[in-house]
Amino acid sequence: MAARDSDSEEDLVSYGTGLEPLEEGERPKKPTPLQDQTVRDEKGRYKRFHGAFSGGFSAGYFNTVGSKEGWTPSSFVSSRQNRADKSVLGPEDFMDEEDLSEFGIAPKAIVTTDDFASKTKDRIREKARQLAAATAPIPGATLLDDFITPATLSVGFELLRKMGWKEGQGIGPRVKRRPRQQKPDPGVKIYGCALPPGGSEGSEDEDDDYLLENVTFAPKDVMPVDFTPKDNVHGLAYKGLDPQQALFGASGEHLNLFSGRPEGASNLLGDIGVNKGRKLGISGQAFGVGALEEEDDDIYATETLSKYDTILKDEEPGDGLYGWTAPKQYQSQKESEKDLRYIGKILDGFSLASKSLSSKKIYPPPELPRDYRPVHYFRPVVAATSENSHLLQVLSESAGKSIHDPGTQSRHQLNASKRGELLGETPIQGSATSVLEFLSQKDKERFKEMKQATDLKAAQLRALSLAQNAASSRTQPPSQVVGHGSWHTALSGGTATTKASNFKPFAKDPEKQKRYEKFLANMKRGQKDALEHCLDPSMTEWERGREREEFARAALLYASSHSTLSSRFTHAKEDDDSDQVEVPRDQENDVNDKQSAVKMKMFGKLTRDTFEWHPDKLLCKRFNVPDPYPDSTLVGLPRVKRDKYSVFNFLTLPETASLPTTQASSEKVLQHRGPDKPRKPSRWDTSKQEKKEDSISEFLSLARSKVGPLEQESSPLVNKEEVHVKESLSNKLVNKDVDSQTEAGESRPSMDLFKAIFASSSEEKSSSSEDEQGDSEDDQEGPGEADFKSSQEELPSVAPTSEPAPQEPAPSFVIQKTQIDEREEFGPRLPPVFCPNARQKLEAPQKEKHKKNKEKHKTKKEHRRKKEKKKKHRKHKHKGKQKNKKSEKSSSSESADSSDSQSEEDTADMSPQELLRRLKHLPLRRQ
Amino acid sequence: MVSALVFIPGRPVASRGRQPGNPAWSSQVDGNYCLTCGSDKTLKLWNPLRGTLLRTYSGHGYEVLDAAGSFDNSSLCSGGGDKAVVLWDVASGQVVRKFRGHAGKVNTVQFNEEATVILSGSIDSTIRCWDCRSRRPDPVQKLDEAKDGVSSVKVSDHEVLAGSVDGRVRRYDLRMGQLFSDYVGSPITCTCFSRDGQCTLVSSLDSTLRLLDKDTGELLGEYTGHKNQEYKLDCCLSERDTHVVSCSEDGKVFFWDLVEGVLALALQVGPGVVQSLAYHPTEPCLLTAMGGSIHCWQEEAYETEGGTG
Repeated sequence: MAARDSDSEEDLVSYGTGLEPLEEGERPKKPTPLQDQTVRDEKGRYKRFHGAFSGGFSAGYFNTVGSKEGWTPSSFVSSRQNRADKSVLGPEDFMDEEDLSEFGIAPKAIVTTDDFASKTKDRIREKARQLAAATAPIPGATLLDDFITPATLSVGFELLRKMGWKEGQGIGPRVKRRPRQQKPDPGVKIYGCALPPGGSEGSEDEDDDYLLENVTFAPKDVMPVDFTPKDNVHGLAYKGLDPQQALFGASGEHLNLFSGRPEGASNLLGDIGVNKGRKLGISGQAFGVGALEEEDDDIYATETLSKYDTILKDEEPGDGLYGWTAPKQYQSQKESEKDLRYIGKILDGFSLASKSLSSKKIYPPPELPRDYRPVHYFRPVVAATSENSHLLQVLSESAGKSIHDPGTQSRHQLNASKRGELLGETPIQGSATSVLEFLSQKDKERFKEMKQATDLKAAQLRALSLAQNAASSRTQPPSQVVGHGSWHTALSGGTATTKASNFKPFAKDPEKQKRYEKFLANMKRGQKDALEHCLDPSMTEWERGREREEFARAALLYASSHSTLSSRFTHAKEDDDSDQVEVPRDQENDVNDKQSAVKMKMFGKLTRDTFEWHPDKLLCKRFNVPDPYPDSTLVGLPRVKRDKYSVFNFLTLPETASLPTTQASSEKVLQHRGPDKPRKPSRWDTSKQEKKEDSISEFLSLARSKVGPLEQESSPLVNKEEVHVKESLSNKLVNKDVDSQTEAGESRPSMDLFKAIFASSSEEKSSSSEDEQGDSEDDQEGPGEADFKSSQEELPSVAPTSEPAPQEPAPSFVIQKTQIDEREEFGPRLPPVFCPNARQKLEAPQKEKHKKNKEKHKTKKEHRRKKEKKKKHRKHKHKGKQKNKKSEKSSSSESADSSDSQSEEDTADMSPQELLRRLKHLPLRRQ
Repeated sequence: MVSALVFIPGRPVASRGRQPGNPAWSSQVDGNYCLTCGSDKTLKLWNPLRGTLLRTYSGHGYEVLDAAGSFDNSSLCSGGGDKAVVLWDVASGQVVRKFRGHAGKVNTVQFNEEATVILSGSIDSTIRCWDCRSRRPDPVQKLDEAKDGVSSVKVSDHEVLAGSVDGRVRRYDLRMGQLFSDYVGSPITCTCFSRDGQCTLVSSLDSTLRLLDKDTGELLGEYTGHKNQEYKLDCCLSERDTHVVSCSEDGKVFFWDLVEGVLALALQVGPGVVQSLAYHPTEPCLLTAMGGSIHCWQEEAYETEGGTG
């Protein structure tokens, strides 16, 4: 008001904002009521106070993040030119701007950075360092750290250095005076009051005559006055007596590192002397000493007890320049310092132990008695029955242990009724003696089982501990008997429940395993000295001892694991067959066998592994296939059982006929093998056979020689059947022959016949469609028909090569068979027609044979059918070849040759190669 | 280089095309299209007879090693060096799904019969069955029986036939719940079912093709003469199972008579390695891939239809 009104008065200075002038007759405004007094921030937002415990002022927009529109995250944008840089978010990114303001939680102010900050700022670190220095075993050991750590000098230092200042010097113009003499007597203690400063200065002045004319010296370094605020209630410059220093501090000085160090350590510093004098004066003092004053040694230095001599001794000279005539103590002190230096730098936070560790006492092993033998012969444990009580007593007495009355001995093991009995009470009749009586029979049984189990466990536990003791107790023979006895009973109890020995701990060493089994068996029979008996007498004592322990432990282990495991697992539904092995998963480990099989081109059983495999349920669904294992939750391969590889496995089965027979062994085979099992007409097998014959025949004859007698013994019945079948077969064969002959006369056999022959009822459906397909193909292709026919004509005769086969007489099966065997090594073997029928006949008596067999037969048949189809294909091929003029030319000429030659040659003495060649061109000829 | 070729039966018949990259034929089911994929990270759909490029499917990060078409030609799947199996929509050319999980390159992919599951074999020695119906990111089942990379997977209505570099052919029979593992010895490069479903054709790196009985694993035929010692080359059976066809590293395609095992024809394709081939499912038409080009062969006078593309 004043300012406004008095514009004219320019020399008036006005402060503040004037109030609005009140208009005439207007009443002054009411002050805003308390509830309307709100706090708003600079943006006009209400600042509501939430209370200190609920977050203070509200943040953001009405307690939400961001703004009225909500929180908008920064979108990530990155382009090739403009790469988004990885931003590390700091707390500031999440603060409001008012937080950063002067009164916010993180006010932004200009702060001197480390470079510019003076060193005294870091008080905490300084303190820590001082403390470390004080507590270090070598006072001032942190000095080394200072040397090592790279010194970051503040800017002030650097500026000074550039101006020619050197560390240790004072600041200011160089002065003309003599350098301060090194004070040689820091060790000299001043008792009582220090000399007045003037005196010392004066003495220094007196030395001025030594001053050289042209030499100037840097001024003395002066410790700046410490302006640390006083925040305690102590008197000015008071410094508490550091108990450690007072009592143990050998240095006798205050915390100054340089002056406080003993001579040995200080030698590390070259300029020890210079520092000493200076620092002594002022460090830590804040009062009473002029800034330019020197040599005011310790006027206000803290007094510590250690500064005072507590014992009378020779004063040590300060310069430490004693020769070999140095006082003893001096020398010895040096020695100890040397020791420390030898140890080297001691880590921060560690100190040398003041007390040396008490060395471990080592007790010598007990001396063995002279007559001690490391093997203990267990005395037989005799059950305490009435019959042998005497014996028992004798035994126990001999073992140095008297037997107590059972009644007194096991007071705690008696139950109420037994105690009553002992006391002569009559047992209470009628009323149930225990709750158990009320239980049903079933429950009782369960209880019993549980009790047995727990008993067993307890026994095992006891036994285990005893067994563990056994080793140690071996040195104590007397107690052995007892220990062994209980151990023994526990063992026998444990093993009694175990099923013989699926568990083979010593499987690697069959001998040992045998002994172990014997031991178990003995144990089960109750032989108390089972162990001794089954040990190998040829072993050394030590070995025996070890083995005994091993056995005992193994038995215990097995027993316990058995009981615990058996509670968790159920028995397998089927017993493991001996010819099956558990395979963890897939594994196809016998690659060697397979490789050799592949080399011999004996694909099939030898190279095949079959596993149970569980497809995922969903996978089945997606494939529209019923889940083969609807009950299993397993997926993939289970731990599968795989047939062990064995020669018998494939030789005894009928499909082994697929293995090429050799002439050498064919007769032998005929003796004990069934009727001719049609081989799979696999041309490649046989053509290679010529080359590989030796190895294969060797292999087979070997295998058969193994199988032969075995089979004969085991299946005489089958043999009989076979004989019978042979007869019927030969009959059949004749019939068939007639049939086929008549059929040959016809233009083409009906499809039904083939179906009857080749298709079993089960596969009727699938095969019919294929056959139909074949039909249609045949319809399309005229020339193919003849071929097809011919192949059927060939079928009955089995002879693969012969066109005149139908005419060939078939006197008996056996003879024919041998012929086949001789010829069959070459050329495509076509499945004999009679076989499927014969097989069907055969199956009636053999029904008890494996189902698997039947399946195999089926596949056999399928296979045969397929072969036929392939024959058809061959025909297609030739059709195709016709198109290919070039290729046909050569092949047709060849075929012409072969047809010529064939007419001349007799089938009987054809070379195999020739046969093969001709066979291959057989269809061509027919065209 | 074209890494895989697939014949895709649909409307017209196969044609030629050329693809920068690895030749691979993926034929869609009825053989009227041909799908190639290769090192240019794309799949390409061709009309093989006219040699016209119909569509390019890009989205793979690395070379595409195999592709397959669904039965209804509505979707494709592919797998490649980016370890991903990709399901494509044929019409839109968009990636429908990407299945990740393989630890290594995906060597081979196949749809099942109804295109509800994709089976992918990878060099991480697993076959993974990916469900196309649900959205779950992990495979329905992982067939990890192989001891080495899976080089070939073929699917029938209820079987999965897988050839692995560990020298075994494994056939997972879902209906029987069994796994048949046939040891062949040398690393398997390609397997396929015969069209009658009775046999399996197995080609391995010992330059041999073997025809095995599916049920017993017995050797029915052995076909040699071509050269296959380094690469994963394709083999197949002709449209009526009459011939066995295989690529060769000497630039030829070999035809053997299936039954007799004699070499019927060695078709010289070019100087390089024939990486892949596909046979039309019903007609005598063959696609071969060499370098970056695809050739279409038809029976009439064996004229080459494609070539440069």
